[in-house]
Amino acid sequence: MAPQQRKPHVCRNPDLIRGVGKYSRSKMYHKRGLWAIKAKNGGAFPKHEKQAVAAAPSEKPPKFYPADDVKKPLVNKRKARPTKLRASITPGTVLIILAGRFKGKRVVFLKQLTSGLLLVTGPFKINGVPLRRVNQSYVIATSTKVDISGVNVEKFDDKYFGKKVEKKKKKGEGEFFEAEKEEKNTLPQDKKDDQKSVDAALIQSIEAVPDLKSYLGARFSLKAGMKPHELVF
Amino acid sequence: MPFKRYVEIGRIALVNYGKDYGKLVVIVDVIYQNRALVDAPDMVRGQMNFKRLTLTDIKIDIKRVPNKKTLIAAMEAADVKSKWENSSWGRKLIVQKKRASLNDFDRFKVMLAKIKKAGVVRQELAKLKKETA
Repeated sequence: MAPQQRKPHVCRNPDLIRGVGKYSRSKMYHKRGLWAIKAKNGGAFPKHEKQAVAAAPSEKPPKFYPADDVKKPLVNKRKARPTKLRASITPGTVLIILAGRFKGKRVVFLKQLTSGLLLVTGPFKINGVPLRRVNQSYVIATSTKVDISGVNVEKFDDKYFGKKVEKKKKKGEGEFFEAEKEEKNTLPQDKKDDQKSVDAALIQSIEAVPDLKSYLGARFSLKAGMKPHELVF
Repeated sequence: MPFKRYVEIGRIALVNYGKDYGKLVVIVDVIYQNRALVDAPDMVRGQMNFKRLTLTDIKIDIKRVPNKKTLIAAMEAADVKSKWENSSWGRKLIVQKKRASLNDFDRFKVMLAKIKKAGVVRQELAKLKKETA
């Protein structure tokens, strides 16, 4: 059972104004029952013997004092948390990416990663956007939602998207250029498989809605007469 | 050109400025040269400057300052709502509102529909052109 709940004790001496209590010192003495405690103890207030303080290990004076006073940094109790997600962004929302290589693309939101970035996918077959991280600030959330229940995104986190650490290679000039070319071109097969598995379930639920596939394949752009502050997304 | 829409008791007006923007109200009394007492089924009866009102063609039959019940009954009898929604002005406003509330996806669907319609029209036109050529 939970620890016994004690009813919070109401203050014995409520404030009349700040700094002035309702009851005088003598009244408070009586209210606190100090007379009863004294009576129980034979006329004096019960005392405890002072506990012997264990002698602190003798500290040697430091060898070195810095010439100027070193300032202590201020206490910082803030905890790192992932960026607060806008209420309009929920798993399955269609987002419009506003910057970068895929600007204007309409894309499906999967989940927010611990770094605060949003995990997003095209799906790749529909508009060429792979599983990718995107910052919330560079995104417009539309009110269109896609059913995302068949998709498992547990395995994706920030480490999955981190840069691969290359083993240090000796700098031979000829080798250097060849090696660079090789590593840049290929995407590891398991990442391609991940993309396919995520997209398979998604594409099914997208095709269930008429026109949604072509919608996701088209880019967003402002046309004449469109006022962004008046548009409903 | 003579005036056709007059400020009179029972004239329906559209509010074009202020908190009640876009509402249809009935003029139930004239306070003085610039102000009228207006009332509507969903608002508290109050004064408004004529400059905030745009007169419509619709007029209902009421006496000066009717109580809310009578007002609502008179509006039902004259069928203000359907007259307004069928008038070209009323329909325009409804379309404007609908367009403003369109989602990004809705706008995309509208674009597809427009293209489709234009395609069909163009086909018909081409057919007709061929016949007369």
